Formats: sequence, structure tokens, C-alpha cells
Amino acid sequence: MSPLDNSLMDPPTPRVTLGRPADYLHEAHTLRSWFFTTDHKRIAVMYLFAITVFFVIGAIAAGLVRLSLVVPNGAIFTSDTYNKLFTIHGVVMVWFFLIPSIPATFGNFLIPLMIGAKDLAFPRLNLLSWYIFCAGSLFAVFDIIIGGVDTGWTFYAPFSTTFSNTWVVPALIGVIIAGFSSILTGLNFVVTIHTMRAPGMTWFRMPIFVWTHYAVSLIFLLATPVITMALILLVLERSFGIGIFDPTLGGDPVLFEHLFWFYSHPAVYIMVLPGMGVISEIVPAFAQKRIFGYRFICYASIALASLTFFVWGHHMFVNGESDTAALVFSVLSFAVAVPSAVKVYNWTATIYKGSIRLKTPMIYAMGYIGLFVIGGLTGLFLATLSINEHVHGTYFVVAHFHYIMVGGTVLAFLGGLHFWWPKFTGRLYPEGWGLISAVFIFIGFNATFFPQFLLGYLGMPRRYHDYPPEFQLLNIVSSVGATILAAGYIFPMVYLVWSLWFGKRAPANPWDAKGLEWTTSSPPPAHNFVTPPVVDFEPYDYPMETPGDAR
Amino acid sequence: MKPSSLALSIWPASASASAAETDHLIWLFTLLTLVLVIPIFIGITVFAFRYRDGKKVNRKYREDRDRTLEIGWMLIPFVLTLIFFAWGAKMFIVHKNPPPNAMRIEAIGRQWMWKFQHPGGQAEINDLHVPTGEPILIHMISQDVIHSLYIPALRIQMETLPGRYTQFWFNADRPGTYRILCSEFCGTDHSVMGGLLTIMTPTDYADWLTKAGSSISLEASGQQSFAQLGCSGCHEGTNTARAPTLAGLAGTQVPLEAGGTVLADDAFIRGKILNPDGNKMAGYKQVMPTYKGIIKEDEMNQLVAFIRGGATLPTPSKEASR
Repeated sequence: MSPLDNSLMDPPTPRVTLGRPADYLHEAHTLRSWFFTTDHKRIAVMYLFAITVFFVIGAIAAGLVRLSLVVPNGAIFTSDTYNKLFTIHGVVMVWFFLIPSIPATFGNFLIPLMIGAKDLAFPRLNLLSWYIFCAGSLFAVFDIIIGGVDTGWTFYAPFSTTFSNTWVVPALIGVIIAGFSSILTGLNFVVTIHTMRAPGMTWFRMPIFVWTHYAVSLIFLLATPVITMALILLVLERSFGIGIFDPTLGGDPVLFEHLFWFYSHPAVYIMVLPGMGVISEIVPAFAQKRIFGYRFICYASIALASLTFFVWGHHMFVNGESDTAALVFSVLSFAVAVPSAVKVYNWTATIYKGSIRLKTPMIYAMGYIGLFVIGGLTGLFLATLSINEHVHGTYFVVAHFHYIMVGGTVLAFLGGLHFWWPKFTGRLYPEGWGLISAVFIFIGFNATFFPQFLLGYLGMPRRYHDYPPEFQLLNIVSSVGATILAAGYIFPMVYLVWSLWFGKRAPANPWDAKGLEWTTSSPPPAHNFVTPPVVDFEPYDYPMETPGDAR
Repeated sequence: MKPSSLALSIWPASASASAAETDHLIWLFTLLTLVLVIPIFIGITVFAFRYRDGKKVNRKYREDRDRTLEIGWMLIPFVLTLIFFAWGAKMFIVHKNPPPNAMRIEAIGRQWMWKFQHPGGQAEINDLHVPTGEPILIHMISQDVIHSLYIPALRIQMETLPGRYTQFWFNADRPGTYRILCSEFCGTDHSVMGGLLTIMTPTDYADWLTKAGSSISLEASGQQSFAQLGCSGCHEGTNTARAPTLAGLAGTQVPLEAGGTVLADDAFIRGKILNPDGNKMAGYKQVMPTYKGIIKEDEMNQLVAFIRGGATLPTPSKEASR
């Protein structure tokens, strides 16, 4: 018996694992060994822990928002409390969960493993990024919970600079600090992907996951400085009365919208592209088939990351933008649908004639495809100028971006979490519970957000605490859906933690998946590979039957 | 008549031909997207079960792929959606560019109310009365933060910005009462910043104007302000020694000291009053003081209306304005 098979029968205590090579989790046990680690895998686990805390905070705020909206007259919370709640939800979910979610956890953990490197290019910078992220996010979260901020995550001036009477400046400083963590992570990924690939790992042998993270890193590097600058200008105007955005001080409020969306539209792709990367790994693994149109998907990732810089104006069609600008931004936004559609068609074509195993990650991936398609196409509705004139600023927009952010990114995150859980922890999650919670999330999500499309078209503006009575029934349906969705989130938090001690031990490659990360043990040793890998095979080289084969 | 107070409405009321057209657009666009996505959804589901692991089915396929097919499934849907881009763009451009005969109503957004003023001077708070069958231009500005004037029954909205005019127009065709909302977050009472739009037949509207009553039109109150603020001291009549006359100014190209010309539209007039140092005019020494902080947006609307109207009123004399 090989040492690996032995480990499968080991009782679940770390000590006895000494019979096999020490893995990254059990190499050292002190707190110090975690807080001063430079191992990308440990840093990824620390990110996972941090963003889970923020996800819970953001989700509680969302729950309270949905609770408030059960009644139309705003009787449950005061207006100010409600405004602070949706600001907590938006700021925490966007800045401190969605943006770091997949890149900082899975990206950090998997990029070196997937390209056959022993770590990122700058391991200490990676640890510094985590500390910067925690410092900025904890400071901001403290401010928006203890002090309260009522601007929404968009911080539009001059409301945020002159009129809001809340803790805007501290919250902005927190977000600005956290932004540097994104920049450094992006830098680290770009350098790693350029310089640390194993022998034989050419660009077109890299998994799609790495391609999408490369694209995302470029966005981190090019777009994040713009929001940092814009938010610093907000702080200057609010603190020192320097007129930049407030017209009474000689500024222009539309300028802030331009600067804000110049980052925040690409930020949508910071959230979406890594999810596409995750799905592009899960689908071939559970179809046991090569991904369809590998190069098209690589190019589509780069195309998305580039096009996304040219569509920010579609957030501002009714904000005093010129007619010409509106036309240009509208048609460019339609063009974004092309590379997105490439991915969807190619995933579907990958499933065709595969050997499909409907395990939890695959269920999440299929749910992702469906919800992402709905989210994407309603994006085209919003890019249509005369529809935008009606549904801009309504629940239609809220529903649209939740289909992208939750239906897309969060489902990809959960799918990836289940897919790579054995690699992260060395344990298998319980499959039955995985399937149940995936179904809960799919049903709960649709029940929560589909009615919001209708509410938006009916004319219910977002950020409304006290809404006209004809919208009540759909709001109740949405709140009931949110309860189901919440259950779907709680299950994995329980059974995944349970599996850390009681889950079955995972073999190196529980899914028969391709990719270098599955060639090393689960969990991997501290330096990832016992012998440095040499790549002499194509990506996704799943077995294939051609018409010539006898069968 | 009030807007519905049932707990559920299925489809929003529509009060103009353009609103009905938006509905047609979204229905047809929904139809197209269904045609595009239903095959994908069915495909994913059918493939997932048909090709389940362990089932004996034909899994043979060729690696060389059909590029035409791939390019086709990318480009054909894209071109089809562009039809809707063009349709939506056409409507949008129409909404933002009113016909010259449109009746003009001034709107001001402020935390947390809407103020409207009719050409005859009738002012309303959180209520707007308009006639059917006539193009109505809503010309708007905000007094503090960004708001957005949103009328779901007309399927239009436009942000009101501090310091900048924006506008839309519509031609309502169905009398009734509809909601006016604010759709850009503007602070504590954002969600109650709304009111009712009452669309009336032209005769009812004429009655309402009389009942609402106003001793003085927008333009005439502008003339009063013109005198009270001291503008008339320099700008009145045809004496152009110290300052240009404003008669006939609106809509012309004004020569600038820095060279070139600028169109004397509402934004220009407003800008000169608040910031006379900007856009210096050729041939005059800049001696005008700023009125920033002195003139509120509603008085500004009156002044601009007066200047736009030619800066002369035939009937009311100076005595009447005192």
C-alpha cells in the first residue's frame, strides 16, 4: 500500500498524519505560524475566514432590510436606520466580500498550484495585502455599524460630501485602505503568472481559472487607483471644503459619478470573471470532457476585461449625460454581451456528450449558468436607452445585479468552495447536505430576486423604505424567498465546519479532475509539490472518444 | 381618483403613447431573449441527464470544430439585439428633445419635496397638473443634492442635478392620477419624496389653472425680481453703455472676450447671474457682482423665464411691480 492509501484510513487526529508528508495545515500549529505565514495557502484560508465574517455581517443587514420591506409604511425601522442598514449591506458585500471573494481565497490558493509554482511571486507582499485588507475593512465596518453611514455604497456627491450627517469620512478611509490590498494582490498575481509557471506550462496550457485571474488582476491594477483617487477627493471636499463635486463650492457632481463608475463598472468584472474561471474548472471536471473552445474562452476573458473599461457611462444615461455619450455607451454595453455569450455557449457545449456527474459543485455550476444568463440579458434591457429611462434606479436594477452578483459570483464561490474543499482541508463535505443546500439556494434566490424585476418595472425605486401599497405582495414574496436563501447559506456553514473533524479523508484527486492542483496531495504540502511538476500535456486533457474509436 | 391601493398590481398603468411603446419594446425584447435562452436551458438540462455518467450513450465527437457555427451563434443574437438598441435609442433621443411648441413647466427638487411652477405662475408642491394632448416640457434643477424625477406611468425619469438644468418631455393621453417619485437616493426621507401627477383634459386643466389662481405669470414675477435685484439698473432698455441689453439676447450667439461665441441658453443665463466672471463677453468690462447665494432656484427660474421671453413685458408697468 502506498503512504497515500494509508492516510485514508487514519483516525481523524493530526498527530497520526505524521506517517505521510506534513501538509500545509499541519506543519505548524501555533497562532504565530498563521499570523506570520507567507504560505499562499494559509493566507488564502485567512482570507476565507475574513470574508466569511463580512458575508455574515452583510447578510444580517440584508435580512433586516427584507424584514423592513414586509410592510409598506416603513413601520419597522426609522428612515435613518433603514438607510444605514442598506449602506452596511452594500458596502460590506461589495467592497469586503464580493471583490476579494474568489480572487483572494481561491486565486491565492490555486494560482501557484495550477501553474506548478511553490508560492506567489511575492509571499510577504501577499501577507501584507491580507493585513491591509483587514485593517481597512475592519475600520470601515466598525464605522458603518457603530457610527452609521447613510450614503449607500455609491457615496454620490454632494449628498456624501455636504449633506449627509453621518460617519462618511472614516468609512471612506477604510474603503481606500482596503483598495490597496486589491492593487497589491493584482500585482502579485500578474507577476506570478508571468514568471513562475512550471516548465512546459505555456500560456495556452494554463487553466481558464488562471486566465480569468490574470484578466482580473489587470482590472485591479488599472481601475482601483481611480476609485482610490475619487474617494480621496470626497474626503478632501467633505473635510476641508475643497470644491470638486459640490456645485455650491464650484464643483460638478456628475464628475464624481464618472470617476466612481470608471472603477465600479470594471469592479463588476472583478466579481464576475473569477466566477467564470471557477465554472470553467467545474464543468469539464464533472462532464469529464475537454472544455469546448478553450482559446475562445481565454480571449473572451481578456475581451471582457478590456471592454469593461468602456461602458461605465451606462450607469448615467439619465444623469445629464449628453445624447451622444448615451448612444455610444449603450451600443458598447450591447457589445459586452458577445464575449459573455461565448462563455455560456461553450459551457453548454462542454456538457454535450460528456459523462455528467451531478455532484454539488456541478449543481452550483448549472445554477450559475442559468442565473448568469438571466442577469446578463436583463443587463441588455438596462442598456436599452428607453427601458433604462423607466427602470433606472428601481428594483429592476437591484434584481439585475443580484442575479449577476449572487446568482453569478456567490454561486460560483460556493461551487468552487465545494469543489476545492478537499484540496483546502483534506476532507470531503457530506454530499447529501451539499445537494440539499444547493437546491435551497437556487429556489430561495429566485424567489427573492425574480419578484424584484416585476417591482422595478412596476416603478418601485430602490432604497425605498416607505413604499406605495400596491408593491406589498411582491415584497412579501421576496422576503419569504430571502428566508429560504438564508437557510441555504446556513447549511454549508454548519456542515463544512463539521466536515473539518468528521468528514471523510480526501484523496489527492477525488473528482478525477485534470489540472496540476489535483496531482499533489490533499491538502498539499507546504511547498505544494514534492517534485516540481513538468507540463507536457494540454489543459483539460480528459479522455475523449472520436468517431474512429471502436465501441 | 387615486392610484391603486391594492397590495398587488400586475402591470403599471400607462398614460402616454410613448409609455405604451416602451411596453411593446420590452415585451418584444423579452420574447427575443426567451427564444435565445430557452434552447440553452433545455440543452443544459437534457444533456445533463442524457449524458449522465454510467449511461450507455454515444459520446463520440470530433475535435475539429465548426468555426462558422461558433461565429454564427455569437453574431446573430448580437445583431438581433441591436435592433432593440436602435429602437430604444430613437425613443430616448425623442424624449430629451422637446418640440418647440411644448408647454414648459419648471421643476425643482429639494430635500424632500418637488416644486412645480406653470407658465402662468401657478406653483404646486408634490402635485403636478397637466393637460392631455399637448407636449409638456419639464425643465428641472435641484436645490441641494441629486434627485431624480420619476413618473412610472410615463416610463420616464431624469435626474435633477444641483447647478445644472436637465429636462424631458411627454405628451400624456390618458386622464387620471399617477405617482411621482424620487428615484435617486437623497437622504433621510428619500422614500417619501413623491407626489401625484394629475393628467386632465384641456378644459379641466383650464378650469384648474383658474381655480389654482395666480395673480402674476412666471415671466412677470421674473420682471419684478429683475427690478428688485437691481438688474434693471444696468441691463434695462437699449442703453448699452455699461452692460449689454438683454432684450432679444436669449437664443443668440454671444461673442466672448476670449474669442468664439456661446449660445445664450438657460444654462448660460443662469451661469452669468451666479458666476459673472465666467464666459466674459466681448466689448464689456466685467463689473457685475455675483448673485450666488442670493437667488434661490425658484426665483432663478422666474428671472430666466423673463430673460428668455425677451426681457420685456408689454403690459405690466414698473408701477405694477412695486
